[in-house]
Amino acid sequence: MSSNKDVAVTLKPSRFGLASVLGLWLPLIVIVLWALVALTASFLPLAPDQIALEHILLPPGSELWLGADDLGRSLAERTLAGAQTSFIVALWVVLVSAVAGTAIGTFSGYLGGRWDLLVVRIIDIFLAFPGILLAIALAGILGPGIENVVIALSVVGWVGYARLARAQVLSLKHREHVQAAVALGAGSGRIVFRHLLPLLMAPLIVEASFGIAGIVIAEAGLSFLGLGVQPPEASWGSMIRDGARYLLVAPHMVLVPGVALMLVVLSVNLLGDRLRDKLDVRNRK
Amino acid sequence: MPLLISRLASAAVVIFGVLVLVFLLIHLVPGDPVEVMLGESAQAADREALRQSLGLDQPLLSQFMTYLGNIARFDLGISLHSKRPISDILLERLPATLELALAALLVAVLVAFPLGVMAAVKKDSAWDHGAMAVSLVGVSIPNFLMGPILILVFAVWLGWFPVSGRDGLASLVLPAITLGTAMAAILSRMVRATLLEVLGEDYIRTARAKGLGPGAVIWRHALRNALLPVITLLGLQLGALLAGAVITEAVFSWPGIGQLVIEAIQRRDYPVVQACVLLISITYVLVNTLTDMAYGWFDPRIRMGGAG
Repeated sequence: MSSNKDVAVTLKPSRFGLASVLGLWLPLIVIVLWALVALTASFLPLAPDQIALEHILLPPGSELWLGADDLGRSLAERTLAGAQTSFIVALWVVLVSAVAGTAIGTFSGYLGGRWDLLVVRIIDIFLAFPGILLAIALAGILGPGIENVVIALSVVGWVGYARLARAQVLSLKHREHVQAAVALGAGSGRIVFRHLLPLLMAPLIVEASFGIAGIVIAEAGLSFLGLGVQPPEASWGSMIRDGARYLLVAPHMVLVPGVALMLVVLSVNLLGDRLRDKLDVRNRK
Repeated sequence: MPLLISRLASAAVVIFGVLVLVFLLIHLVPGDPVEVMLGESAQAADREALRQSLGLDQPLLSQFMTYLGNIARFDLGISLHSKRPISDILLERLPATLELALAALLVAVLVAFPLGVMAAVKKDSAWDHGAMAVSLVGVSIPNFLMGPILILVFAVWLGWFPVSGRDGLASLVLPAITLGTAMAAILSRMVRATLLEVLGEDYIRTARAKGLGPGAVIWRHALRNALLPVITLLGLQLGALLAGAVITEAVFSWPGIGQLVIEAIQRRDYPVVQACVLLISITYVLVNTLTDMAYGWFDPRIRMGGAG
């Protein structure tokens, strides 16, 4: 989905220096907050759909600290509800596409032969679609709704994991410990689960961490186009779309969800960089 | 030469697969596609007429054969909304998207090269960290946020550029920056990374040892060799650019293919959606194949080695 993972950024790590605060601790706090909000939003006394005519287009201030939208709904509460939407979508899409992609890639690389050839062809075909375009077409055709967003993004998402897992397995399966396991008579399942998958984990986790940033942007993008969650449910993307119509009079309608979205994406990317350096995943092609 | 043929052959296989997937798209419509497209109030006779004209009453395989035959004749069907041939509509919309994509590419290259070179030359300095921080922010701002912010500042507040639409060069500036930013960000990291790699090579030390100034070393020796991976990335990023154009065009009401996809989805004009996806994907495959071949042409090491 994004190729930014190919190119490393090097911020010098130094425990609690400025770089460490900006590159590690702040992003970590943002992500933890995002997850916490998403997991607890259903229990909080939020009313993101509450229409209040006296608050229409209210700017941020003492009455509502982040202001209100064109229907007088609290932007703070809608942004929190949007956090839940993006988190749920990101979680499901990463889960579905990582599991499916890893399974397909691992077995294709492990089994080799005709089966592998077929999988490689299918991967090539999926890679021929610019990711978000296929997701837009799928979401458009399947119809709006959070489940269809997850389906559309997973259909696009599994390919990256499959390609990565396959490439890793191809280089791993001739390693000595695998050969030794084969010689000792271990079955395919045991070899895959005990000897290959654990070694695949590091690059897959890095892939997944960058994947989350891509999914958060893609979900918001689909919602921005009106193909994601349906009103009155909140998504950062649909909030930005609504706000774009009132740009002149109420720019905070775009800026509030926009800043939330950017903070999360930036944090995920920063942590992804950190994780890649930590796990030292060089050989990713 | 065999390399060329194998590249073309695999491109052909991929395009065939793309055709299959795009063909199947319409069968993913939940329920009866004809009913969805015409609405529930449509007359039974109208439904049957549409079903027949789309060939949906035929068995799947013969539908696909007809589809392939039509595509081969550049017949993409008729738009349900405007009743015009879809190929005409695409041709009308194509120039706007190409214009936008090329302008965005220009923005990306103009920003990325100076930024990436500066970061590599002044590695680990504040300049380097600053440039990479800018690039990270650039990757993290999605088009649909960047667009409205640019509109707010440069169109609404400052009034330098039109808010939306396609009317002259001024109207191209904000969409091109919006679409080019993410690519500039990724590209500048790539330029930096490959340049750093090249700067560690022996021939750079030789060039320096024979007394070449830093400018000549960077621009004449290092950058030339660093260009190859950058060119490949440009090819790969073109897909992201074309797909990103869908959202950028929606933000700026830019009358291109992307805007057409969204309009067609809203009107349930699925044949048009299929045609747009097909056009963009095939363009992407062709550009990538060409990049691949250009790569071999630029770098004799790859041509001789036949790696791939």
